[in-house]
Amino acid sequence: MKPFVRSGQPRYIVFDHTADLGLEIYGTDEQELFVNAAFALFDSMTDVSRVDVAAKRSFDIEGSDREDLFINFLREMLYMYNGEGFLVNAVTLDIMNSHRVTGMAFGEPYNPAKHRITIEIKAVTYHLLRVERTKKGWYGRIICDV
Amino acid sequence: MSDIRLEKLDDYRWRIPPVGGMRVPGLIYSSDSMLGFIGSDQSPQQVANVAHLPGILKYSMAMPDMHWGYGFPIGGVAAFDLDDGVISPGGVGYDINCGVRLMATRLFFDDIKDRLYDLVASLFQTIPTGVGSKGNLKLSVSEEKKVLRDGAQWAVDRGFGDTNDLAMTEDRGVMDGADPDVVSDRALERGKQQLGTLGSGNHFLEIEVVETIFDETAATALGLKLNQVVVVIHSGSRGLGYQICDDYLAHMVKKIDKLDFPLPDRQLACAYLDSNEGRQYLAAMACAANYAWANRQMLMHWTRETFERTLKKSPRDIGMRLIYDVCHNIAKIEEFFIDGKSRKVCVHRKGATRALPPGHPALPDRYRPVGQPVLIPGDMGTGSYVLVGTEKAFLETFGSTCHGAGRVMSRAQAKKASRGRSIAREMKDRNVIVMATGKGTLQEEIPEAYKDVDSVVDIVHKAGISKKVARLRAVGCIKG
Repeated sequence: MKPFVRSGQPRYIVFDHTADLGLEIYGTDEQELFVNAAFALFDSMTDVSRVDVAAKRSFDIEGSDREDLFINFLREMLYMYNGEGFLVNAVTLDIMNSHRVTGMAFGEPYNPAKHRITIEIKAVTYHLLRVERTKKGWYGRIICDV
Repeated sequence: MSDIRLEKLDDYRWRIPPVGGMRVPGLIYSSDSMLGFIGSDQSPQQVANVAHLPGILKYSMAMPDMHWGYGFPIGGVAAFDLDDGVISPGGVGYDINCGVRLMATRLFFDDIKDRLYDLVASLFQTIPTGVGSKGNLKLSVSEEKKVLRDGAQWAVDRGFGDTNDLAMTEDRGVMDGADPDVVSDRALERGKQQLGTLGSGNHFLEIEVVETIFDETAATALGLKLNQVVVVIHSGSRGLGYQICDDYLAHMVKKIDKLDFPLPDRQLACAYLDSNEGRQYLAAMACAANYAWANRQMLMHWTRETFERTLKKSPRDIGMRLIYDVCHNIAKIEEFFIDGKSRKVCVHRKGATRALPPGHPALPDRYRPVGQPVLIPGDMGTGSYVLVGTEKAFLETFGSTCHGAGRVMSRAQAKKASRGRSIAREMKDRNVIVMATGKGTLQEEIPEAYKDVDSVVDIVHKAGISKKVARLRAVGCIKG
């Protein structure tokens, strides 16, 4: 999940939404969209460059369709911090289809002396949720409750 | 504004005629100037969306502090038939039993004004606040389940406050039907660490002073006097409530295709009240409600101790007494008169406060002559309102009224508007001492980011769905 910016296309952008945090995420393919979405989530919460890869967590997520899978995947990522106090620096995917994604998240436990949480993301929501193929690749949109 | 048609009924009510799949009309409490604030906000559309749900009774309503929410608007009120109606986690909100607690003291502003800074600093030191804050006590899972079952009673049994506090809490601080076995391990895990914490965002603990009394009789019944020092706590069920909402939302979304009616928005995912899913959500929601009451009870207890320690006065001299505790994110089974008949219904209040009339049996004796105390916090450093419920609310809004000021600016807009300003300094200039854990919190919570609480309260007062008793002015505030 090294930051990479294709010419003119950021990995994600933040958009404004009353009382909430909106994220628009891009990827050349679906895998990259998911990887970038996890990055967007943690990059919004903290300085990801200060999160070392010291431990890993596996995940195996299902969804009834692509959008449901996307939100369930981000729910899982968010729970790693909100439930287990684990900050994610990078994600790799193994299996990826329209109903299931498996892989590994790398990072380290939150350490208040080292990490600063700038925004507390409390939930990812279905509101304005989008996952779609575009001419340039894949596009995802999500609103987080903060 | 969205392309929803609003028909003005009178100075304070607008009707959305039922079109398409709407089963009942919408009803918005507002004013001409307040409606202007809605701008591009989708909340009137959301009021119309809620009207599509099966079993909805009379109206899909919204209070004047209405703003855009997930599925249901914030400020939304909707009641459903127990047999044919639904329950929706999105109609309660993520922060289940987010609510407000108001405590009176025997102190007057002159008694504390020279010690105010110390008092705010001690509260800030004592009460865990801020992003991901963890509590001072670690719960075992079995102990946590007792919290979920017993609510504020659990806290009182362990020495956090006394039984008099329970009588002054909505539902005596414990909701029936709580079943910890339908709460996920993840929710329990999040809840274990956060009991007795204030949280972040718009949650706060404020020292306030009674500035104006509008209704002497009600103020006397509540024990409010001019210049009296009071404390307001605004907090909820923390990560536990969020996880319960999210778990059940995910579960209900999965079954969305099996519903026998179409949903205009996935975030409105719901289940029939008379179904296993519906009953399980209610039982889990009650757990979160109880957790929130235990949480506010503990925060109150530490506030009492901090006042005693800092002011070096006895509990008797300080006399910190709970006036009332209300929830403003909840669904409840309550009894109302509908078409001349008394009927039990499930009322969703999402960013709305119960406002029971004088004489209602659910009220403590002390308040029965005047009606249920309703606590409306304003934006940071502004102060709060105390109101009482009315007969009109009972008949018209399923005993509900507004809950706060309501956001008008996004957090990002607020940060932009506060760039280069010292908000703590501005607050100090307004004679309010503010301490916050998060660097961005004060910027995000600037007063301009909210609707004017005076106007919101004026509307519910003039519309007759609650009655102004007193306005409280903030003098000290701690935030996450």
